[in-house]
Amino acid sequence: MALSEYLLRLGDDRLILGHRLSEWCGHGPILEEDIALANISLDLIGQANLLLELAGKVEGQGRTADTLAYFREGVEFRNAQIVELPRGDFAFTIARQFLVSVFEALQLEKLQSSKNADLAGIAAKAFKETRYHVRHSAGWMLKLGDGTTESHDRTQIAIDDLWRFTGELFGNTDETLVEQGIAVDCVSLREPWKREVARVLQAATLTMPDDGFMQRGGREGRHTEHLGHLLAEMQIVARSFPGAEW
Amino acid sequence: MRAREDYWNAVGEVLDPEVPVLSVVDLGIVRDIREEGDVVVVDVTPTYSGCPAMQVIEDDITAALHQAGASDVRINTVFQPAWTTDWISEDARQRLRAYGIAPPSGSAAAETELITLRRRVETIACPRCGSSNTEQRSEFGSTACKAIWFCNACHEPFEYLKAI
Repeated sequence: MALSEYLLRLGDDRLILGHRLSEWCGHGPILEEDIALANISLDLIGQANLLLELAGKVEGQGRTADTLAYFREGVEFRNAQIVELPRGDFAFTIARQFLVSVFEALQLEKLQSSKNADLAGIAAKAFKETRYHVRHSAGWMLKLGDGTTESHDRTQIAIDDLWRFTGELFGNTDETLVEQGIAVDCVSLREPWKREVARVLQAATLTMPDDGFMQRGGREGRHTEHLGHLLAEMQIVARSFPGAEW
Repeated sequence: MRAREDYWNAVGEVLDPEVPVLSVVDLGIVRDIREEGDVVVVDVTPTYSGCPAMQVIEDDITAALHQAGASDVRINTVFQPAWTTDWISEDARQRLRAYGIAPPSGSAAAETELITLRRRVETIACPRCGSSNTEQRSEFGSTACKAIWFCNACHEPFEYLKAI
């Protein structure tokens, strides 16, 4: 796997999740939460911008972060399927954010010492931001899980629905890139991730689902039907007015 | 070669558009200014990956250097070491407080645990009345760098420049 492909995975995870979170802007359950989700979305899109710009530079075909974000088709996106699922209710958004943020934090912590200096620098910055995302979503997991029957049940349903999409996060990473010290072996992050997630779920009186069938395909460009709808909305302005600047 | 002192002074006058009591040098985001031939090169490190003020800051730095006589300016974005609020000087922290924003508390570098489940015990003094009877309303505020706090003594919300 080329380094640019690896960077697309990292960038696309953040771009698509950032876009999903941005859908809450103006719709958050309370003002503070509206602002928080928009802020986290901004962090993620900012990280995606840096990672996709680097992917384009490494690829050497003259593609920028903008061309990669706005002028690729669904099959060319390399994000895991979990980030493209519709935002659902607030419990679903928080549960997804929690599961993915813990993964991202563990991944970025290691990527800070990547042999690729550009990637290591972006990771060091993103790691600090992601710690805030983890703390935010873990705090809500406690409030929702250990809150009312309604909030508990909705959060448990969200975790159960999301679980089969978590396996893809820990799929194989290119061995050469890992051996060169550039990429992080995601398989090795699975156990630390489960430990952290289990600790929070337990404190939140939620049950960790059993590992069963795991949905995969996003890393190869096979996506759920939801990605196309998201891209249509995200890309329409750039595609309707190619080259427009403001 | 380290840039002439008047170039440093010019950049030292450029204020953060969101926190207009701090200069970009106070904030620690200007890492170096040097002259490479006829070009003045400024190393800038972003505060947050998605901070929308960065573009404005870069434009302002370029304009200030042109004003100071530089003909050619290049902004060079650097990521390492990653920006931290630990770089904000004591003097700058006092100006922040006077402006109504509580400065970052403690050291960002001291954070080690990934998920802290217990309530954090730090207290942030209200920048208006100085009371420590305050509570956090949200870790995310009007800009990426600020959190929302509330003072129970003077019953006013205030912003806190969070440690990162």
